[in-house]
Amino acid sequence: MQILKYILKRILQSIPLLIIVSLISFFIIRLSPVDPLAELRLNPSVSQETLQKETQRLGLDKPIIVQYGKWAKSFVKGDLGITSNGEQVSTKLKERIPNTLLLTTIVILLTWLVGIPIGIIAALNWKSNLDRILTVLTSIGMAIPSFFFAVLLLIFAVKTGWFPIGGLTSSDFLEKSLLGQILDISHHLVLPVTVLFTLSLAGLQRQMRANLLDVLDSDYVKFARAKGLSEFKVIYKHALRNAVNPMITLLGFEFAGLLSGAALTEYVFQYPGLGRLILEAVLRSDINLVMASLMMGAIMLIIGNLIADILLIITDPRIRRGNV
Amino acid sequence: MFREVLKKLWADKFSRISLIVLGIIYFSLLFADIIAPYNKDFSDRTMAYVPPSKIFVVDENHHLSKPYTYNYIRSFDNENLRITYDIDRNQKHYIKFFSQGQSYKLFGLIPMKIHLITTDNDGRLYLLGTDINGRDVFSRILFGGRISMTIGFLALFVLFPIGLLYGGISGYFGGIVDIIMMRFAEAVMSIPSFYLLIILASILPGGMTSIQRFMLIVIILALIGWAGFARVVRGMVLSVKNQEFVQAAKSIGASRLRIIVKHILPQTTSFVIVAMTLSVPSYILSESGLSFLGLGIQQPDASWGNMLKEAQEYTNIIYRPWLLTPGFLIFVAVLAFNVIGDTIRDVLDPKSSK
Repeated sequence: MQILKYILKRILQSIPLLIIVSLISFFIIRLSPVDPLAELRLNPSVSQETLQKETQRLGLDKPIIVQYGKWAKSFVKGDLGITSNGEQVSTKLKERIPNTLLLTTIVILLTWLVGIPIGIIAALNWKSNLDRILTVLTSIGMAIPSFFFAVLLLIFAVKTGWFPIGGLTSSDFLEKSLLGQILDISHHLVLPVTVLFTLSLAGLQRQMRANLLDVLDSDYVKFARAKGLSEFKVIYKHALRNAVNPMITLLGFEFAGLLSGAALTEYVFQYPGLGRLILEAVLRSDINLVMASLMMGAIMLIIGNLIADILLIITDPRIRRGNV
Repeated sequence: MFREVLKKLWADKFSRISLIVLGIIYFSLLFADIIAPYNKDFSDRTMAYVPPSKIFVVDENHHLSKPYTYNYIRSFDNENLRITYDIDRNQKHYIKFFSQGQSYKLFGLIPMKIHLITTDNDGRLYLLGTDINGRDVFSRILFGGRISMTIGFLALFVLFPIGLLYGGISGYFGGIVDIIMMRFAEAVMSIPSFYLLIILASILPGGMTSIQRFMLIVIILALIGWAGFARVVRGMVLSVKNQEFVQAAKSIGASRLRIIVKHILPQTTSFVIVAMTLSVPSYILSESGLSFLGLGIQQPDASWGNMLKEAQEYTNIIYRPWLLTPGFLIFVAVLAFNVIGDTIRDVLDPKSSK
């Protein structure tokens, strides 16, 4: 019950946050000298009537505050307007957001599966050569510019022919069986996942290493050792639990970093995700689409942080009793 | 403290290598005019996508010779429908060191003509090949590096005062001021940073001079990072604002701004230094990503990111791998900064000295 109350409180808190985000984004976009309907006007397949409707809906003839009000009203109603191709923005987003979520979820799972153990190994072998080598290896991963790594992997894919070049599905996707479709998508995901995985592994591994080192230094671990517990029990029953907790807070940050990193990776691999959508929208100055994808990005980020907080309540009894 | 950190950095094998690497990079960028065989904008349109010049030290009679190179001739292969480059073996072009070449102004002041490495007037020395406009990639890497390797520092110099003051005011005043300021900072942090970056970059009007554009990109980069930094500063201010020296300053009647700037913010110095070294690489990466997309530094100016823009085409990355060199340089520079940052963090962390 208390947890539910806390979650509700957090959701309510994020509403003013979203309002500020929308204000910031709206004013940045409106600051630009670009005519928001320029593309739409040039598109011959868009009728004069639609143009009229969009001008009305955005209130372009009115002052900027009124424009924001109009935008906010239709946003809350779920009407996101149309793109410069005349498509509905909401359908476009519905198509892209799951793809980005799929990519980031896989990457987060993988980095946790690999990063946590490597962090533990590094901490347990503190200041040994193994520790040094692991840290340097992950640093190398962190230092490669994501787009450059993506380009290198593309060369690899072109030269060997082992991986499809770009996209999420093959052209004969719809004719395949369910298993075939899953395999096809996984095949397409290998390269983008590799890029983002390499990028985000280092942060997780370092944090895990630092946390465990901190905890191993604490009094209760010394006590457990003095009590004569086996080293295995000391580390895996006592130290590790407390070292993992701060990592969960990091989950929110990791998600934020991935959303940003994914934009360039998606662009290079022609992956149909939110990052590429917003990039294309920006390059075409498609205002409705930019605004909506910005908001979606912010909402995803806030939800990501919320999930991390809830997970933390579940794993950490101190927070459950104290703060809620 | 500073000297001690340097000593520790030098004692560590990895960070010593990193320091040397960065030293070489920055030295070459400083003297780019001398080291580069050509000027930044020199282009020979007949020489587009020429592969790196081959340098010979053994001549056709198997005798040791002064190093020389041949020019390339471009021709069209009618059978395979592609352009081929063949070495023109008729004319040897000897490589000359510290001799006269194109004129330039060293540091923008001293007119000079000396180049570290060049060849005679008819010859073309392309150490790393050329790009689509027939410009020397090696020279452009040197000039582009000046932008790529300094933009991060400049952004930090814009960002840190903003973050310090914002966090300082928010933490010191507390109450409703604090709540409003922190909500705003959190909202900025809630927009995925790269999304914010490309949107800010996209509203830059066209037709600016390259200096104006460069400065605006610096400001945009700074606008991304200040919020997170301000939040940490606020936390530190909260922890010191009730200490005696602050109360002492208050009791002698110092103004609130003076207390924040003169008494509280100096307490955060070591954190600021660490945060700065740790965040330089991320700004280098951001700039290169932005320029790679065509939203950052624009042609004809060079930056490592916008030189990689050409690598977006398959034919380029397969047939002209020399266009990828800036990517390796970004990698090396960022890696070196990261290694140094790690060591500094270890040195300043009191726990590690046990």
